[in-house]
Amino acid sequence: MSNAPSTRNHQVMLRRVRRMVLFVVSIVLVAAVWEIYKAVGPEAGGKIFGWKLLPRANDNAMPHVWEMLSRYTRPELRGSDRRIWSVVLAGAWFSFRLALVGFALGTTLGLGLAVLMSRFKIAERGILPYLVVSQTVPLIALAPLVVSWGGKLHVFGWEWPRWLSAAVLGGFLAFFPVAVGTLRGLQSAASASVELMDSYAASWTQTLFKLRFPAAVPFIVPSLKLAASSSVIGVVVAEISTGLKGGIGRLIIEYAREATSDPAKVFTAVFGAALLGLAMSGFVTIADLYMMRNRPKEATA
Amino acid sequence: MRRIKGWKAVAGVVALSLAAVACGGDDGDSASEEPAATEAPATEAPAGSEAPADGTCESTTPVKLQLQWFTQAQFAGYFAAIEEGYYAAQCLDVSIVEGGVDIVPQQQLADGAVDFALSWVPKALASREAGADIVNIAQIFQRSGTLQVSFKDKNITSPADFAGKKIGNWGYGNEFEIFAALTQAGIDPATGVELVQQQFDMAALLAGDIDAAEAMTYNEYAQVLEAVNPETGALYTADDFNVVSYEDEGVGMLQDAIWASGDRLANEEGYRDTAVKFVAASIQGWAFCRDNAQACADIVVSKGSKLGASHQLWQMNEVNKLIWPAAGGAGMIDSAAWDRTAKLAQETVNLEGSTVLTAAPDAEAYTNDIVTEALALLEGLGVDTTGEGFAPIEVTLNEGGA
Repeated sequence: MSNAPSTRNHQVMLRRVRRMVLFVVSIVLVAAVWEIYKAVGPEAGGKIFGWKLLPRANDNAMPHVWEMLSRYTRPELRGSDRRIWSVVLAGAWFSFRLALVGFALGTTLGLGLAVLMSRFKIAERGILPYLVVSQTVPLIALAPLVVSWGGKLHVFGWEWPRWLSAAVLGGFLAFFPVAVGTLRGLQSAASASVELMDSYAASWTQTLFKLRFPAAVPFIVPSLKLAASSSVIGVVVAEISTGLKGGIGRLIIEYAREATSDPAKVFTAVFGAALLGLAMSGFVTIADLYMMRNRPKEATA
Repeated sequence: MRRIKGWKAVAGVVALSLAAVACGGDDGDSASEEPAATEAPATEAPAGSEAPADGTCESTTPVKLQLQWFTQAQFAGYFAAIEEGYYAAQCLDVSIVEGGVDIVPQQQLADGAVDFALSWVPKALASREAGADIVNIAQIFQRSGTLQVSFKDKNITSPADFAGKKIGNWGYGNEFEIFAALTQAGIDPATGVELVQQQFDMAALLAGDIDAAEAMTYNEYAQVLEAVNPETGALYTADDFNVVSYEDEGVGMLQDAIWASGDRLANEEGYRDTAVKFVAASIQGWAFCRDNAQACADIVVSKGSKLGASHQLWQMNEVNKLIWPAAGGAGMIDSAAWDRTAKLAQETVNLEGSTVLTAAPDAEAYTNDIVTEALALLEGLGVDTTGEGFAPIEVTLNEGGA
């Protein structure tokens, strides 16, 4: 009996190690597949049944893995002492903060809308269709508009900074899953529980905070995960679209201009964007672990 | 009891992220700040440059200029005018707003987000026809810099040789010179050639996907000259390519020009005056770049351009060729070139059967009044605004433009 907790800790530890190893192995596997295709694939691309499906395997389209990795250690521009890895990391950090701002804005708005919609049936009927429609507006059409509106906003000497446009666009993508997920969660409280609260003469806010929100947590957590990755996509696309300086999206498009002569460079920025996505989902996973810590394990699936 | 805390954790996450708003805000500001905005106080006219008639500035006018793209030597004159204090000497506090993939400069101008914008003439005229009240006040690039580049063995030396070939073009309104050249050569764009949408790099040309690629003298053409020829192991040279220049073929359309708001020119007090000063100081910046190409390329690099040093200098030199010499004075809109651009914009039909313009632009679409006043102002400062003695420099491109 007494050694049960330590055995469990041991198992948890083992599982974590295994997960790390698998992660590394999967990356090595992807790199191996890349190199194998490079070795056997057609240099100039190929057709299958007349469809151009096989990508080119030449050095321009698919640089060697070690070429891309070693590019990180070389300077960004000849004669400059900033190495690519530090430029890419700085860009990813910049975009990460914007994505976090967008995530916060989107989550706040999403939770607010969900509460409003669960309180008033008419609000749900009125707002929900527009939420769905809002997500069909292409981000690249919206980005210049937001920048343009922002450029005209001056409130008491405060000027709308350009980075805020990108964060708002991240939030625009992030609020939707939160709103829909939370709404579903708030409505998921068992009717017996709601009736019990009613029999206590609990006010609407008491029911909301003591019953509905706790019941909604299993719905909110996955929606936050979706929102996190959406906010990253929103920010990166907005950076590309509006040319916001400093972030990973801008780096991708600037390096892409040199794809003709320095193909490995653009991949360094693409991997930076992937790292950004991992960091963001890591952030939410930590929050998830905290929120779900007292729930039975089945619910975490 | 503990279960109830779940929703509080949600609030905690939001609060945590909101805290990041605050710090993200501070740092984001400094990182995203336009380099142009950090300038010495504009009231201090730099020594050696003449201040306006009254000597010092009582106040400075903030001006925002919208570029078509990121910081690069294509816009060197404006950065030089900031760096050399030409704007400050005119009591202007100019901040430069970079463009992006989906930023349409003339739209930002028409929306009032910026005070002046750079744009190619055909695109801006199309916006004007659609209702944007914008006016061309200075034609900085006097010539078109668009080329069609092909490998020597394709034997494409004139638009007539496009027949039956795969011709790359960028679309989005950048393709009309190609269509005009095809029409002039008697080739039907729909059946006579295979038109291919081209990326904004030259990989398709080098890979042989297309026979001839659209390229700007100051950018994409340099990209192919910076790439390694796998057969020789050395860089490609100009001898490897044939180049068709649309300007030389007589179908060049006017490109980079400074556009101002027509409504504000007519109704806003002081805006026209600002426009004159802005155009004057900008031309002064371009004159500086004409005489100091290397210094200007360095200024652009210091403003955060990610292009390599030799590519940047090449671009500076090629852009100078598009501006100088300017027989009628830099920025003057040559009515013949204007009419040709407007005519081509109305007559050239693209694949979808549409033209850039449906009717001739009205007379108010451009004005030479402002640039005339600006040139007179520069005359007083002793600036050479025609550049008759201009001679381009020789630039050697390195691999990758480094």
